[in-house]
Amino acid sequence: MDLLERAPIELKSWFLSLLGSFGVPQWILSVLSALLIIGTVIGVFLGLFALMSVMERKILARAQNRYGPNRVGFFRWRLFGLFQPVADGIKMITKEDLVPRTADKAVHFLAPVAMMIPALMVLAILPYGRDMVPAELDAGLLYFFAVGAGTEVAVFMAGWASNNKYSVLGAMRAIAQMISYEIPLVIAAIIAAMISGSLSPSAIVAAQGGFTWGFVPQWFVFTPWGFAACLVFYIGALAESNRSPFDLPEGESELVAGHLTEYSGFKYATFFMAEYVGMFAVCGMLVTLFLGGWQAPLPLLTIIPSWCWFLGKVCFVAFTMVWVRATLPRLRIDHLLAFAWKFLLPMSFAAFLAAACWHYAGRGPLAWFLSLAIVAVPYLILGTAFSNRFALSRRLYQFSE
Amino acid sequence: MNFPGSGILKGLAVTARNFAGSYFEKDRLITEQYPEERPKLPENARSFPFLVYDGGDPEAGMRCVSCKICEKECPPQCIYIVQDRDAAGKALKRPKIFDIDISVCMSCQICVEVCPFESIRMDADYELSSFERFGSLVLDKARLLKSNSYYRSIHPTEAAETDARLEADRKKKEAAAAAKAAKAAQTPEAAK
Repeated sequence: MDLLERAPIELKSWFLSLLGSFGVPQWILSVLSALLIIGTVIGVFLGLFALMSVMERKILARAQNRYGPNRVGFFRWRLFGLFQPVADGIKMITKEDLVPRTADKAVHFLAPVAMMIPALMVLAILPYGRDMVPAELDAGLLYFFAVGAGTEVAVFMAGWASNNKYSVLGAMRAIAQMISYEIPLVIAAIIAAMISGSLSPSAIVAAQGGFTWGFVPQWFVFTPWGFAACLVFYIGALAESNRSPFDLPEGESELVAGHLTEYSGFKYATFFMAEYVGMFAVCGMLVTLFLGGWQAPLPLLTIIPSWCWFLGKVCFVAFTMVWVRATLPRLRIDHLLAFAWKFLLPMSFAAFLAAACWHYAGRGPLAWFLSLAIVAVPYLILGTAFSNRFALSRRLYQFSE
Repeated sequence: MNFPGSGILKGLAVTARNFAGSYFEKDRLITEQYPEERPKLPENARSFPFLVYDGGDPEAGMRCVSCKICEKECPPQCIYIVQDRDAAGKALKRPKIFDIDISVCMSCQICVEVCPFESIRMDADYELSSFERFGSLVLDKARLLKSNSYYRSIHPTEAAETDARLEADRKKKEAAAAAKAAKAAQTPEAAK
């Protein structure tokens, strides 16, 4: 089991030592080592993206009692339509790449690249397993949000360069939404960093190791403040990755496709890919911060390799995002922003306060109930006020009645 | 229980029930997997007209006598008929050319209503897509002629009625012919 746990690392060092025995110089080996890690991480996440693009459609279809894509296979074998991403990829690559005549061509070309780069860069600091962090940064959390904020610029680049009013409107909405939701997102992340006393993702995961009474994992999500912060982070993550119900920037009912209106072919595919990779990265961050990272949920289950746990949890969180997409309709822009500033932000502060009280009250059962009260009371007050504010009332038709 | 956010949880429960249910309850999935599963068409389903023939040989058993009533009545004028003639130029009671342009046909069934010889009927075949725009959508006589047993298989009730009517007509004609023959047999005797 220990072998399987360390399999990816051992495989890499075996391969490098094999090359070393052929007399390959040391500096090439160290460059190759880095490239291997980068290639593996990008390969795994692009594979996940391909799988997600078909699984999302299948899950949505099942939630609506349909089959979803089940045709594309390999010659005679249909394989439940799992070859759909291959067909999609071929279609996207062979499509004509249209650039509007009045577009700012350089920026129009650079926007998909600018979107993709941060999405891939943030993958560097996630702890994928025990001792498996591509780049061990002391301020990894800071790096994640600093680099991740780059996608906002890319979205605005795309909207502005397209020289299309739908694109600009979509991009403006995206900026308003992403900046608004970034604040609760970061505050929720700060809570985890504050309790574990470090900005390093590995240290945050390590702080969630161990089991209370031998079987309850000490993940942050199992504390009241952690649960609240996890939900705030989750909602923020949905909004950050422009996913339903916060997919207003691409609201096709009013904005054609928002900032993606003037993109086609491979550039569109790059945007799509960047969005999904970004979503997986933010899911990975959620797992790292609140769901115990690569830690197993039960002492018995530690025999399963840690990187399997990480991957499984990321897939689970991604599944819940599709589930939410199948459930909730899109919000209106003013409701969306009101929700961010008037509900999510106060709730993240409440979780922050609750975490501090939990820490200073000794992290015992008493602290648990104290933090529960600090989170629950604002939730009930704000939630009731909010649901009354937006409650559906009978519509009055002024002139006909 | 009503608390803030309970509506979202209820909604999530509904989608989860549908998601899981679609794997266990087969009747939830109502999608027909088309090329493998065919829809069961209602008996009166109709697409475009075809010509009925009796017996085994399409040319010999053709009911159409080339009266051209359908051609005249057809509202979009999608039927084209040329009467057949023998070597001496005498008109024969069968069409030489019978074309229906199904890209023009509007499936109104008027040709079927007006046909005095129960010859033209509505088909139920809907898989008529083609790779060219004109040629293969003009059905000629060879493609229009379909056997009476095929007609019985697609519209059993209607075909049974038609068959009964034809049978009754045939009997009446036979009876009339027999009466005429009897009369003809009697007349010479009376003349004597």
